[in-house]
Amino acid sequence: MNTPPRNSYRFLFAGDSALVIQFGETVDARINQHVRKISAIVKREDIEGVVDLVPTMRSLMIHYNPLYISQAELKKLITPLLGREFTLDDDIIRWRIPVCYENEYAPDIEDVSRSLRVSASEIIKQHTSVELEVFMMGFLPGFPYLGLLPEIFDLPRRVEPRVHVPPRSISVAARQTTIYTIDSPGGWHLIGQTPVDFYNPNRENPVLVKAGDKISFFAIDRKEYPAVRRALKADEYSLIMDC
Amino acid sequence: MAIKIIDPGFNVTVQDFGRPKFQHLGVPVSGAIAPTLLRLANALVSNAGYEAGLEIRLMGPTFEVLCDSLRIALVGTSTPLEIIDGDITFQPANQSIKLKKGQIVKIGNVSDSGTTYLAFEGGFDLPKTYDSMSTYVRAGIGGYKGRPLLAGDVVPLKTNSATDRGELKLNDAWFLEENGPLRVILGPQDDYFSSNSIATFFDSKYSVTTEADRMGIRLDGPKLEHSKGYNIVSDGIVTGAIQVPGTGQPIMLLADHQTTGGYPKLGTVISADISRLGLLCPGTEITFQQITVEAAEQILVEQELKIHTAIGNFRPADPWLDHQALYNENLISGFM
Repeated sequence: MNTPPRNSYRFLFAGDSALVIQFGETVDARINQHVRKISAIVKREDIEGVVDLVPTMRSLMIHYNPLYISQAELKKLITPLLGREFTLDDDIIRWRIPVCYENEYAPDIEDVSRSLRVSASEIIKQHTSVELEVFMMGFLPGFPYLGLLPEIFDLPRRVEPRVHVPPRSISVAARQTTIYTIDSPGGWHLIGQTPVDFYNPNRENPVLVKAGDKISFFAIDRKEYPAVRRALKADEYSLIMDC
Repeated sequence: MAIKIIDPGFNVTVQDFGRPKFQHLGVPVSGAIAPTLLRLANALVSNAGYEAGLEIRLMGPTFEVLCDSLRIALVGTSTPLEIIDGDITFQPANQSIKLKKGQIVKIGNVSDSGTTYLAFEGGFDLPKTYDSMSTYVRAGIGGYKGRPLLAGDVVPLKTNSATDRGELKLNDAWFLEENGPLRVILGPQDDYFSSNSIATFFDSKYSVTTEADRMGIRLDGPKLEHSKGYNIVSDGIVTGAIQVPGTGQPIMLLADHQTTGGYPKLGTVISADISRLGLLCPGTEITFQQITVEAAEQILVEQELKIHTAIGNFRPADPWLDHQALYNENLISGFM
């Protein structure tokens, strides 16, 4: 594999209150890691007028208040940061997330198994085999895009998107996996469901994870699912890996 | 220290200025879709700029005052409010009004403008999520129980009585009359469109469809052709972004927009024109004009000045209280 051109970037205009720094146009785990690194560097600078930093798959959006800083001034402050070296991040959390891959919790697992020509148990084994990184947050509150999954998961989205995907559904497409946080339409394949609320409006901090966090999944069966959910509600279940 | 909703109106929500600092968690900004008007409404009731008010589209609520006294201001419409207290009196919008316990306020049809705000002196006593009281209905956060108001809701306020001061009115409601082209900065994905498409966009009229809500406004007009497909790897979205899905019909994104998305965005409406987007009604024809970032920054500064000037130019409004009673108590004889 070629090394991606990490130092090549382009500023894109997103109006007068957001600036995009684009590092590529494709899904590439290393470009994404670079985006999050630059995001951490810019965050550490604590530039007055910068409101939020939204790292996505291959670009960083800097939201700012144009009454505090002009775009020209912002660019001038950002440009020298883009070549800087920095090791990613001490506040990253490593999560262990239970998933039920059975029956009603996994409405698409048989379809996926047929189209990939591997057994459902192999899909579960592969989906739980690697520690995944949160590439970006978006689409819905608290909704993480995770990757990269093993190569067998390089499959396109469903032909017919669903109008309703239940919250806590685990979906896969294009070597990525996501967790739906609220009822919404969706076009990815649903291969499981977690009892964990990645978004809960009744929690003080409704969103569970952030870009850069690491997640590994492990299988639970459908009899365990309600018990785990009860334990989570009672705050008697740890999701964070001891390390 | 509350108001009680008798008739909820249509989709009335509590909104302040949103959650701009939490987009990195996928949380939409939300907040007032015409923030300038909420600022002016807050100023009329002497609130700090950031208090939440009620955002009203088409049909307003009817509510009863449960506290001793209360000051409110309705901004964005020219429709008067009805105050029911045995008799019915009418009070104009765009000024502060002092109410007494037991009075009922009816804000009826305000469809002369896309969005109207009702501010309450002291503001609501509601919990904040991610630093904001803004209601984001889809995810059930903010406002009153994360949803639009319903009949019977008792919405708590921070104060039990209005401060002792005269009433103020807005002199000049310029924001209701702005109707030039909406100003747009090209990008971030203008390279996904042919130069013909971009020219079409700026040379044509588009009309606001009925598919218009707090998330976005779908436009109807000449189709915009993509030059290299209509799927991009999802990237960040800013309020005012004009995204063009496969249909070729543009969508302008408002406060409740998703934080990221995978359609190319041809341009972005400038910050100074965002409140105008919130005021658009279905059927309205609009045009767009391309400007530079530097020009947009200058216009925003001028707009800030205009808002501060408007607040500085508030004039005393006649108290709505019974004039005869005032004469009898000789309170205003000094001015005769």
